[in-house]
Amino acid sequence: MLDLRGSVIALSYIVAAVLFIFGLKQLSSPATARSGNRLAAIGMALALAATLLDRQIISFWTIAVGTLIGAAMGIYFGRTVQMTAMPQMVALFNGMGGATAALVSVAEFLRLTRLGDPIGIGEATSIVLGTAIGAISFTGSIIAFGKLQEILPGRPLQFPLQRLVNGLILVSVVVLGVMVIVGALPSTLWMLFAGALLLGAMFVLPIGGGDMPVVISILNSLTGLAAALTGFVLHNQMLVVAGVLVGASGTLLTLLMSTAMNRSVANVLFGAFGAASSDASSKSAGLARTVRQTTPEDTAIALAYARNVVVVPGYGLAVAEAQHTVRELATDLEKRGVNVKYAIHPVAGRMPGHMNVLLAEANVPYDQLLEMDQVNGQFPQTDVVLVVGANDVVNPAARDDPSSPIYGMPILDVDRARNIIVLKRSMGHGFAGIDNALFYDEKTRMLFGDARQSLTQVGQALKTA
Amino acid sequence: MSQELVLGIYVFIMAIFVGFEVISRVPSVLHTPLMSGTNAIHGIVVLGAFLVAGSADTLLLKALGFIAVVFGAANVFGGFVVTDRMLEMFKRRQSAQSEHGDKKSA
Repeated sequence: MLDLRGSVIALSYIVAAVLFIFGLKQLSSPATARSGNRLAAIGMALALAATLLDRQIISFWTIAVGTLIGAAMGIYFGRTVQMTAMPQMVALFNGMGGATAALVSVAEFLRLTRLGDPIGIGEATSIVLGTAIGAISFTGSIIAFGKLQEILPGRPLQFPLQRLVNGLILVSVVVLGVMVIVGALPSTLWMLFAGALLLGAMFVLPIGGGDMPVVISILNSLTGLAAALTGFVLHNQMLVVAGVLVGASGTLLTLLMSTAMNRSVANVLFGAFGAASSDASSKSAGLARTVRQTTPEDTAIALAYARNVVVVPGYGLAVAEAQHTVRELATDLEKRGVNVKYAIHPVAGRMPGHMNVLLAEANVPYDQLLEMDQVNGQFPQTDVVLVVGANDVVNPAARDDPSSPIYGMPILDVDRARNIIVLKRSMGHGFAGIDNALFYDEKTRMLFGDARQSLTQVGQALKTA
Repeated sequence: MSQELVLGIYVFIMAIFVGFEVISRVPSVLHTPLMSGTNAIHGIVVLGAFLVAGSADTLLLKALGFIAVVFGAANVFGGFVVTDRMLEMFKRRQSAQSEHGDKKSA
């Protein structure tokens, strides 16, 4: 039987678990989402407060100081980060959670071996998996952060025999894991920890930046799983419940995203995307093709005298923080009687819903946002499509060219519109690293430069048009 | 296998079903906030860091526990703050809609 203190902790955990579940449920509707997040935060506060009652805790100093530092860091970065940098921020926080799970598993193993207690198979397996998965999630998230923050190049990083090397690392991590379960030596666990850290980095490096949403989602669910495993290590049901909730939801989200890109998760993780694309680009390089440039003034006139305009936002909009500028331009066009809509590709940007969040920040009315299926039939009646920093999601090769590495991915059929104006920093490739036939289309005009500056110039030109 | 492990596995499997059931009804617009929200929830692992740091009796264990608490707390607080900021914008958008976009100065 539990004593009073144990009962208080157990009941608090049950209430916290219910709050997490209701919080997640409320997150499913825009109207209640914010209170859902707060409900989950209350659950978290309750679970953490109850844990402090645990008799196992004899010193509060490390907890108090550590929490203060971590909370200050989290709140500071969470408050100050630009809306456009949210995806990499999620990746970074996710990595920290993974590191926590790995460190907790390692520390508990060291404590048990020092006490000389026999470690059961179930416990040892949980420790091994918690350490390995947490460590993979940590370094994987850091690499994903680096790619999105453009500290690391976004293109897939590849070297000869990469799969063989990665396979060997994976095998040695598995072997070390078995050795820990059988032999229970701390030195082996440290080697496992190091191997898993390496594996996490190596596993994300060859994946292109365009696939980072799927990768972050996978790592998110992995961290949830690692948290659940520490629950088995520490005999704590709260950790198991909350960790598994995240693991299950993250897995589902990953599948939804892969479906939107018409690729299997295995293809994202192990497909030689970069290798295939170098073939495709070398083939198209043989054709000497030219792009047609345009000016902000010509763009303004084309827009001003159009009846239907569709804006296609992409990652370039996020980088240039052009969401407010594009909204102002749309408002000016609407005053002239132009019908303006936004076409949102499910994987535009770096996370699902990325564009929705940015445009919502700029107060774009919800009913102007059209999803891919709604908008694709409308392009033939569209006078001007304004592509703002999107690339792969409007590449007709995905529809027409079976040799293209993105063949089969559903795209926005902007090439069926009457005129296409593409705002782009340079002729660089998209995150998939492949050429885009749209840019060479006769109906396409390119407006090079920073998206926000270009849109501002177009807006000024519009006033005199 | 111990009774406790069996119970743990039972809870584990039930929670998978609850997780799928609750999440499967989220519209795609909310996927980014949802990922961020679940990201905050797995910060619950800081609870394990509390137990480790609070019961540590060697310098190494204290150091490991301390780093784990710092990282875990950053995950929890940062996660909820970022999610709240994302969702705040959805709320603003709805109010802007009801006022027919009159908040142009904002």
